[in-house]
Amino acid sequence: MRQRSVIPGFGLALGTTVLYLGAIVLLPLCALILRASDVGVEQFWTILSAPRTLSAIRVTVTMALAATLFNAVYGLLLAWVLARYEFPGKRVLDALVDVPFALPTAVAGLALTALFAKNGWFGAPLDSIGVSVSYTPLGIAIAMAFTSVPFVVRTVQPVIEDLGTDVEEASRSLGASDWQILRKVIFPSIFPAFLAGCSLAFARCLGEFGAVIFIAGNQPMKTEIVALLAFIRLEEYNYGAAAAIATVMLAMAFVMLIVTNIIQAWHLRYLGRGD
Amino acid sequence: MRAPPSQSKKMLTPVGAGRATRRILLGVVLVLTGFFLAAPLILIFTSAFSQGIGVFFKNLTDPAIAYAIWLTLLTALVVVPVNILFGLAAAWTVTKFEFPGRTLLIALIELPYSISPIVAGVAYLFVYGTQGLFGPLLEQFDIKIMFALPAIFLASMFVTAPFVARELIPLMQVQGTDEEEAAVTLGASGFATFVRVTLPNVKWAVVYGAILCNARVMGEFGAVSVVSGNIRGVTTTLPLQIELLFHDYNIVGAFTASMVLAAVALLTIVLKVVLERFGEADLASVNRLH
Repeated sequence: MRQRSVIPGFGLALGTTVLYLGAIVLLPLCALILRASDVGVEQFWTILSAPRTLSAIRVTVTMALAATLFNAVYGLLLAWVLARYEFPGKRVLDALVDVPFALPTAVAGLALTALFAKNGWFGAPLDSIGVSVSYTPLGIAIAMAFTSVPFVVRTVQPVIEDLGTDVEEASRSLGASDWQILRKVIFPSIFPAFLAGCSLAFARCLGEFGAVIFIAGNQPMKTEIVALLAFIRLEEYNYGAAAAIATVMLAMAFVMLIVTNIIQAWHLRYLGRGD
Repeated sequence: MRAPPSQSKKMLTPVGAGRATRRILLGVVLVLTGFFLAAPLILIFTSAFSQGIGVFFKNLTDPAIAYAIWLTLLTALVVVPVNILFGLAAAWTVTKFEFPGRTLLIALIELPYSISPIVAGVAYLFVYGTQGLFGPLLEQFDIKIMFALPAIFLASMFVTAPFVARELIPLMQVQGTDEEEAAVTLGASGFATFVRVTLPNVKWAVVYGAILCNARVMGEFGAVSVVSGNIRGVTTTLPLQIELLFHDYNIVGAFTASMVLAAVALLTIVLKVVLERFGEADLASVNRLH
């Protein structure tokens, strides 16, 4: 198998890696799929088409989309500001972007719940204009948006930083306006990275659990997400339903993984063309 | 902050560098970030101390929280070293050798990133739970993995398996195999080559990955929540303790536990910024070579 390498340790390193991945990652996933296949096609379909499951999937997907949309705009602005401007406190802003990754989801969930509670810092003023966030789908979207902020920023920021100034200067000297350069030069070159960041964020939102369950209120048919429903089915000892729902989540994760990889391959081709 | 005006560059201001645009964009971003990312952090610290420093320390030394802190530290102490070793083995395999299936292996290493912790937790139940693959066997020998500490360790390993490997692979890819080949050709053993050539080249990346891994292990909620069974005083890690306190309406207690984890998170970010500078030194040594 090994090709012309004088470095020893291939067998040991490969063996360790494969064994560990097999025991820690693949074995559980196979067990899950095995258990779900025991359910049978008809029963599987009954579980998935149950109103409560459908409602959980609908809430999860729509709120994940809303959160991703918010992060598409906010993340792009953040990436732009961090890559293009110099200002006091820039390092602090850059570090703040990492907060959602570093802060445990349960902590984020608790803090967001307190902020948006009816007597909270944001909840009270919002309540006075008739907007309630906690225990509503909006709260789910906010929790999802918080945990997935860094994906768009950290995928787009380096691409903006590496953007050559030559084309921009050429278009400028030919009389192009800011808006034209942005639309025709800058945006096309960051678009693949931007899309990859959005799909990573969306995938994360679909699977988010900790931050959401604190703020959502978790009312069946209204504010219950898919991840929580899988958990609830387990606690009811309804293992078949838990396996079926978890398998659907796994399938969604695989679809998002493939989509992201296709976008990233496109991104690499795009970069290659630029050189 | 404006660039000094120069004749030739006067017409060529970069996009968005206009004063008004800059102010508006910067203003929007700073306000949004203040509300969205900074406010939750500030709230955690102010809420933990909202009933005075005495209550804060009383909460912190409460046996339940103290136990949760201990269990969280223990989990990190078990999981992080294992995933450092795995990260080194995995990165060594895919960067120092060419073999069929290499791309597939890299994809597998990164797989846990894409899977919801809840799915991981549920999946573990079907291996070690009473109804799981090994359930009957474990029961026969009276070994308890599910709803006990081993399950917490295993689920945390699943979730954080890629953390160290992911930092090492791109770096070792760039560093190539020249130095190792030289060492081996000069008669160094494989182990000596690894310890004296490879490891010093990637030491900061290992530390960096380990710190990110640690933060995630200490804060993991979903996967641990499923596999631990949430047994008070037995399997309650800090994040689970936060949920328990929240449901008990002990909000100040919940924020005290949160503050401990938020402090870990802030420390992680500070170390990350510091290590990114050291990491540049790692990369600089590569550039010197090529």
